[in-house]
Amino acid sequence: MTGWGIIKGLGVTFKHFFETYLEDIRWWGKRYYTPEGIKLRTDARARGIFTVQYPEEKLPVPEEFRYLPFLVYDIGEDGKRIDRCTSCGICAKVCPPQCIWIVRSNDPVTGKPIPEPTEFYIDVDICMNCGLCAEYCPFDAIKMDHDYEIASYNRKAEHIYNKEKLSKPASYYASIRPTNFAMEEAARLEKAARVQTRRAGEN
Amino acid sequence: MSEQIAEKVTPDLAARFPGDVMPDQRPGYQGYLVNPEKLVEFATALRDEFGYDYLSSVTGVDYLPEGKMEVVYHAYRTTGGAALIFKVQVPRENAEVPSLVPVYRGAEFQEREAWDLLGIRFSGHPDLRRILLWEGFAGHPLRKDYHEPYFEEEFKPFKSRWPEGKVRRSEDLNPFHANVQYPEDFDPDQYVPQGDEAIYKSLESIPSRDGDMKVDRLIVNLGPQHPSTHGVFRMIAALEGETIVDLKPVMGYLHRNHEKIAERNTFLQIMPFTDRLDYITSMSNNFGYALAVEKLMGVRPPERAEYIRVMMAELTRIASHVVSIGFLLNDLGAFFTPMIYALEERELILDIFEAVSGSRMMCNYFRFGGVARDLPEGILDKVKDLVLERLPRKIDELDTYLTQNEIVKVRTQGVGVLTAEEAISYSAAGPILRAAGVPYDVRRADPYSIYDRFDFDVAVRYNGDVYDRYLVRLEEIRQSLRILAQVVRDIPEGPVMASKPQYQVRVPAGESYGRVEGPKGELGYYVISTGKPNPWRYHVRAPSFINLTSLAKMCKGNKVADAVVILGSVDIVLGEVDR
Repeated sequence: MTGWGIIKGLGVTFKHFFETYLEDIRWWGKRYYTPEGIKLRTDARARGIFTVQYPEEKLPVPEEFRYLPFLVYDIGEDGKRIDRCTSCGICAKVCPPQCIWIVRSNDPVTGKPIPEPTEFYIDVDICMNCGLCAEYCPFDAIKMDHDYEIASYNRKAEHIYNKEKLSKPASYYASIRPTNFAMEEAARLEKAARVQTRRAGEN
Repeated sequence: MSEQIAEKVTPDLAARFPGDVMPDQRPGYQGYLVNPEKLVEFATALRDEFGYDYLSSVTGVDYLPEGKMEVVYHAYRTTGGAALIFKVQVPRENAEVPSLVPVYRGAEFQEREAWDLLGIRFSGHPDLRRILLWEGFAGHPLRKDYHEPYFEEEFKPFKSRWPEGKVRRSEDLNPFHANVQYPEDFDPDQYVPQGDEAIYKSLESIPSRDGDMKVDRLIVNLGPQHPSTHGVFRMIAALEGETIVDLKPVMGYLHRNHEKIAERNTFLQIMPFTDRLDYITSMSNNFGYALAVEKLMGVRPPERAEYIRVMMAELTRIASHVVSIGFLLNDLGAFFTPMIYALEERELILDIFEAVSGSRMMCNYFRFGGVARDLPEGILDKVKDLVLERLPRKIDELDTYLTQNEIVKVRTQGVGVLTAEEAISYSAAGPILRAAGVPYDVRRADPYSIYDRFDFDVAVRYNGDVYDRYLVRLEEIRQSLRILAQVVRDIPEGPVMASKPQYQVRVPAGESYGRVEGPKGELGYYVISTGKPNPWRYHVRAPSFINLTSLAKMCKGNKVADAVVILGSVDIVLGEVDR
């Protein structure tokens, strides 16, 4: 029968429309503006309306989510910052759009390079968020951030991030990427233990 | 002849053309070197006698140190099997090679591209104009001695980054007005786009259709700013009444010379750039490039990584096909409801990509010899939910929703027909080829990765119209779900990288061509390494771009409103067309 295909198709639209209200009644008061409501609408079991009303509601980002690199620093026993970065330059070499600049300096007394960057710049206009710098950093010093709301009013003055702006404490890193952080810490402890046993054996 | 075609071994072509065809004996290279004068004869014999009826890729390579220009052809049999590679070498200055368009129509755009970017003339080409760049462009950018106006250094990493980083904004290096260079006798203020005039003239001179009614010839520009073109793409159509008598696609508005960028980068640095080709299917793009480089390096990823790769590639195919179906309905005038339903499913797939790779669209997930990281906890269950529960139901719903709809049928059946012979001759790939009745799928014809282990059917339809392309896509989603069900069942535990991850990979000298069945068709990467950290040549066989070769053929004789639908059924992504 001509027209039957259209009617069946409209039935699908009607079902979608109807399901939205059924789900609203089923999860009365919980479906919007609550974390579980967002999960309900982004799950494989989601039915009816699908939209998340940004910025009132925000999708939680997964741990691996990457948006702009930042530098990790530890806090020493005396409360001073210890940069993890040793300015080895691997991130600057691996960066595809070449948006990382590192200034390394030498100790004025001994003339040897200081294992810490004097300056560290990232041009966030050029950064393509590929995450290669974080992936290949041997010291876990540069990591990808989760903060994606970085609009600013002045693109000329504010879009080259310096070391100050890039540095974030290791506790922040642990809060956004708990699994990775735990894994890296475990590896670090294991390595330290291995070094210690080897030293003990030598003695 | 038929026995020869059935043979899986490569024919001995050097014996068939003594003196004119020689095996390519450079280390790491394969195929044949053909005398340019005999090229057309050779290609005709290849097609008619040996069954290599499908010319997949045509590209040029600039061998600056040897002073040679080389054109590389990859031909296949549509019955399956490996590539037959043949090359011609000509002197670098005033390079001229006979055109293969009379033998393989699919060479048309690719030869134009080689002329545009490398400056190789193809004698006998019907319409040899620049294709990606505009006519006021000075030089041929893929030549090795070409330097752009804001040239910094030949290869990355650039020296100014470390250890004494000289920071500056890239805009200061590349200021507006100073970032272009023109040919010597070119004045941009006096520029009249003569190329366009020539196209309009050539369209006006096409003879009229037979008939009693006198109709005026009308030339209409569809695009570049037009919602139906899915980006910045332009079709110049010559109309009589509402009927299209000829059509010329114009492209390049999104051109950024991906290949030159890649030749400046190291092998690993190219990976995130491949995401940006067809930005809907970045996992597939990664796959093809990783395969090409792995062939050169001689590494194979571990089992688990292979399964993850197939999983990602098939999820990508589903995401791309639902988008394609949704937007096709948009082009038909079913404004946005089917598209939004399709995007819902894509959204769930992108959630998985985001959790796995860190980004929804620019995944950058594949590495040489594996994948960047293992699946995070809980993701496999999510994929199972999606693949075994939700998607089959939703695809059936899409099927009920659209397939029997009378309006869809009337608008798409018999529209934009491409026959099997035409589809092969025009080097059409993917759903277009299979909708025309050619069951050619790289996953089956020339299996890569671990596709030979999975049980699936190659979707095929026989009418070659827009409706069949839609049905082929729908069927391919179902087949992908079948593959995915096997993947989530069989995926083993284990490492995901063959060796320790390295930021500077050693790639032995040689050439390789890695190809995958991307959602849009055969996606190939031709890579030449000289043993240095950067590739000497990197070429993408972009399916969207080559599928457009047959666009004019499909549109001729149809109404102008159908051109929009036909373009929608070709399913182009401009990031890949223009590269």
